[in-house]
Parts: sequence; C-alpha cells; structure tokens
Amino acid sequence: MPLPLAEPLTDTLRDFGKPRINRGPSPALAIATPWLLVMLGSLTPTWPIIASAPLVPPLGFLLLVAWQQLRPGLFPVWAGLPLGLFDDLYSGQPFGSAVLLWSVAMIGLDVLEVRFPWRGVTLNWLAASGIFTLYLVLAAQLADLSGGNSSLVRLIPQIVLSILAYPLAAVLVGGADRFRLVPIRKL
Amino acid sequence: MVAPGKRRPGHSRRAQYNTFYNYLLAVGGLGIGVLLLVVSLGDTAAFAGARATANGAVAPVGQAAAGVRSEGQTWLGTIGAFFTRGSRVAKLENEVAEARVRLAEQAALKDENNRLKTMLGLIESDGKPVAVARLIGSTSSSTRRFATISAGSRQGVRAGMAVRSPRGLVGRVLEVGDTTSRVLLITDSESNVPVRRASDGLQAYATGLGDGTVRIRLAATGTNPLRPGDAIVTSGSGGLYRPNEAVAVVVSLLPDGAVARPLSDPGMTEFVTVEPVYDEVSATAAQTTSVKP
Repeated sequence: MPLPLAEPLTDTLRDFGKPRINRGPSPALAIATPWLLVMLGSLTPTWPIIASAPLVPPLGFLLLVAWQQLRPGLFPVWAGLPLGLFDDLYSGQPFGSAVLLWSVAMIGLDVLEVRFPWRGVTLNWLAASGIFTLYLVLAAQLADLSGGNSSLVRLIPQIVLSILAYPLAAVLVGGADRFRLVPIRKL
Repeated sequence: MVAPGKRRPGHSRRAQYNTFYNYLLAVGGLGIGVLLLVVSLGDTAAFAGARATANGAVAPVGQAAAGVRSEGQTWLGTIGAFFTRGSRVAKLENEVAEARVRLAEQAALKDENNRLKTMLGLIESDGKPVAVARLIGSTSSSTRRFATISAGSRQGVRAGMAVRSPRGLVGRVLEVGDTTSRVLLITDSESNVPVRRASDGLQAYATGLGDGTVRIRLAATGTNPLRPGDAIVTSGSGGLYRPNEAVAVVVSLLPDGAVARPLSDPGMTEFVTVEPVYDEVSATAAQTTSVKP
C-alpha cells in the first residue's frame, strides 16, 4: 500500500514559489510574517505543556531577538511596545513587564547594531545569551514585585535552555525569512 | 549582516524626522511599559478583562492541545512504565497500604465532622462541582504559576473557587472570563493554603516555591515533627478550601518546616473540577488579603 505521503503533490502546491520570472514577493506576506511569528511565539502558554516550574524559554522574545539580529531594521525600534503588550496578555507576568523589557531590548539591540555592524554567529549568540540572562532575571524580579518570591537559582535551567534554544530560533527565523520573500505575486 | 544605515538617512528631512520619531516612540514604549507596570502592580485586577478576552480567543487551540497533551503522556508513559514496572509496583503497594490507613482515618473524621456540624447547626455548600473543565494552558516561561481552564462565568465559575483534580488540590480561581478562567496554582509563590498533617491535624501553611514544590510552614514553631512521607491535606481554615483535600507529600525537611511535592501534577492532569467556595462567610473575610496577579 503506498504511503499517503508518496502521493504526487498537486501542481499548484508543487509550483509554489517556483516561477521566478515576472514574480515578486507579496508585500502582505513580507510585512506580516515577522510580526505573526513573534506573536505565535508569545502563545507558548497555550501549548500542550503545563509546567510546574518555569522551564520553557520565552519563545516570543527569542524570536524577536533572532529577527532583530538576522534582519536588523525589519522591525521598527518601537516594536517592543505592541509585541510586548500581546505577550503580557498570556505570559502571566505583571502586565507591562514585557512592554518595558522588550522595548529596552529593542533599543539595546539597536545600539549593538550600530556598535558592531559586522557580526558573526559567535557574537550574535554571545549577545543573545547575555540578553536572555538579563531578561529572565529582570522578569523574575518584576514578577516578585507583584508578590512572587522566587530565588534566582531556580532560573538557571530556564536560562540554559533559552541559550541553547537560540540557534533553533535563529534557524526558524531564517526559514520564515525565506518564506516571507517567496515570489508569488505577479508583477 | 549589515543593515542599511538607518540612523543617517541622508538629506531628506522627512526621512530624518521619521527616524527621530521612531526612536521617540521606542522610548515612549519604554515609558508606557513602566506606567502599565505601576498600574498593574497597584491594582490587582487592572487588566483582568483584557487577559480574559485574550485567553478566551485562543481557548479552542488550548482545548485541542490539552487532548494532545494527555494522549502524548499516556503514550510516553506506557513506554516508560515498561522499564520501571518493578519499582512502580512496589511503590504502588506501599501507597495502597498508606491509602487504606488514610481512608479509615477519613471515615472516622467524616463521622466526627458530621456530628460536630449537626451540633453547631452549620450550613455549607453541598460540594457538588460547579464545573468540569480542561486545563488548557499554563504560564510555562514566567516565574509566576498560573493556569487557564476552559470554564468561565458562563459555566458558573466565580473567583475564589477551588480547583482540584482527581488526585488533589490544583489551585484556586483568580480571574474569570466568559469561557475561560485563570487559576493560581498551589505551586505559585503567592499561593498560601492552610493545611494540616493528615495523621494528627498538625496545623501549617503550604506556600508555593515556584518550582513545582510547596513549602510547608508550621503554624507553631519550635520543634519540627514533620517526617518525609507525611501526607498533607487542606485544613479548611479561612473557608476557601474544603477540608481534607489531598495537597502534597513531604519529601525533605527544613529547619522550620518541610518541602513537599504536590500530589496533583498539573502537567499530568487533563480535566479538573471547579468546586464552590466552602464557607462563604469566612471566605469573604479572608478575601480581603487578596492575591496580586
């Protein structure tokens, strides 16, 4: 019995993005993809993981940093405000914590971009690691302001996971960046 | 990679202003963040409505995900159980023996309780669950521990109601939307559950540690009679939680109490029941010390 996967694709699906002559990327796709991907990352609390400890990396933030490092200038500097607002709706942090921290991160990444215009993987990863550590520690402090009481030792697994997950987020962003610019619009 | 020099867009005044306003807006976003934080830290329920709407909007996704979660865990659990069955059978036998003792104790307690209640003429809610709901999400990357359940005010859920799984207490309802509610898990560091030791009624508080365990703080300090393996149940003081609901088992001792592991791991739970507030009068008094989300 043939596997369902082995069935030939329909012509439209197989030729998706293939004809390049007289085609350009769709502006809607090009603009919306980065925003939607980060927002999708912010929806981790609806994933099928019910965690009794903070372990899952803040995926929305990881993706935002990855976009900003891979395609600097794609997001406006103020993108931390709307994206942070969306993240705050789901994250469980006190409302406004992501708005503040994401805005600071966007400004910081902009400074980094001006200071080191030519960056390699190592510098990107190193910078991202520092940003995630700071972000998670500060987010925990803000959560403590709202009445929580967490020791920083408990954050270490999450920080390590976030740093290790960053290259994966960068790969995901790279794929999304290619998808974003698929030439599907007839010129 | 190198971006085009966005900071110096050339001689175009319009482009220069655009860059300037972008940075102005970015700093403004920072200020708005601080403002929102101040508001939300000051007023506990400030953004409850927005959060409830947002959670309601993605609830269908969470519903599907909850099904996947329970299926995935059964599947993985089956494989895992194959390798660990010997030790698990031994452990289960121990637990059954322990449970028998507890059952006998509970029967005696229930009997005594009924007598005392008739003596005092107390009227309580009948304990029928208000709603049965799915656990559709949790704040898996924040240090605060909240979960979302798939029942809201339409199902009759109100803030303050206890949420439990078949294994024991999960938490209590904090914010209620139309079809979803937000639950403060007992492992949150802001959650404080009045508990007692099942065997002798030793009074204590169970405070979450934020890492999946709870800390048992004894009401009377001095000696620490707790031992690993002690079963901790709710005491019912304060009126929020029904007494004698299983909460946790002590795993390690601290100078002034113990660290205990909750019996109901929310990650292994798909369905939870929402129970009415046990004793309305004392619960309203206790609500004055409300929890900040």
